[in-house]
Amino acid sequence: MNLAVIEPTTSWYLVLAAVLFGIGTVGVMVRRNPLVMFMCIELMLNAVNLSFVALSASLSDINGQTAVFFVLVVAAAEVVVGLGIIVSIMRRRSDATADDLSVLKG
Amino acid sequence: MELFVFVCAAAMVLVGAVGVITRNNPVHAALSLVLTLFGIAVLFVANNAHFLAAVQVIVYAGAIVVLFLFVIMLLGVDQAEDLSTEPLTAQRPLALVVGIGVAGVIIAAIVKSQDALLVRGTGINSATPEDADANIRQLSRSIFSDYVFAFEVTSVLLLIAVVGTVVMSRRQRGQHVEESA
Repeated sequence: MNLAVIEPTTSWYLVLAAVLFGIGTVGVMVRRNPLVMFMCIELMLNAVNLSFVALSASLSDINGQTAVFFVLVVAAAEVVVGLGIIVSIMRRRSDATADDLSVLKG
Repeated sequence: MELFVFVCAAAMVLVGAVGVITRNNPVHAALSLVLTLFGIAVLFVANNAHFLAAVQVIVYAGAIVVLFLFVIMLLGVDQAEDLSTEPLTAQRPLALVVGIGVAGVIIAAIVKSQDALLVRGTGINSATPEDADANIRQLSRSIFSDYVFAFEVTSVLLLIAVVGTVVMSRRQRGQHVEESA
């Protein structure tokens, strides 16, 4: 079988995005450092963006790319607010993990 | 050739993603995230989303990861986290099962919906040497005509995020930050 004739189809991109989303899910559940949990959420957002772009190319529809644009903007806003919250928590206790923050439940 | 690009970019994405969740130093995790984001940008180019690939590199790798690193170094949380002990013993196996389950369900849905991928839309312009900004033009026409209301709402959202962060992280007048921080 000649490798040069195999072209990656849309399904390949979608499966890659699914695996990336799964890795991000595991990361959010396993890691305790709030910063790293945030990075894992970014991984999941990027998985969704990848499937949007792959489907946009395969369905010849620009609206998928528009959706990615909005996801990027919202992700930036989310990171700004989230890091602000983390900074104000860490100012009080510098080694806080997600477990220590259970005191928030009152 | 396309296969080669896909395999290399997919390897970058997966190695970076696994790095994010396994490196115990947050700085290393952030740098692994950069690797993943660059891989995603390559895949965007392979799918004719040239403008989004550029935005991905500028916004994600250039701004968001730098913000992460800035916070890591500002707060001094860059000491390694001990990953060898796990307070909740069942958490890791359960998380692994859930993660594989989520990925498996999505992959099953992809396999089931193969036929839906054959639908064709109105066409997508990709950048060529003769018409370098075709993708940007088409994307901006979509954003500023069909989705102009959503665009305005996101600008309000960004404004709220900026103001909210400033209010949240500002010190009150006369309040002294705790010593020994």
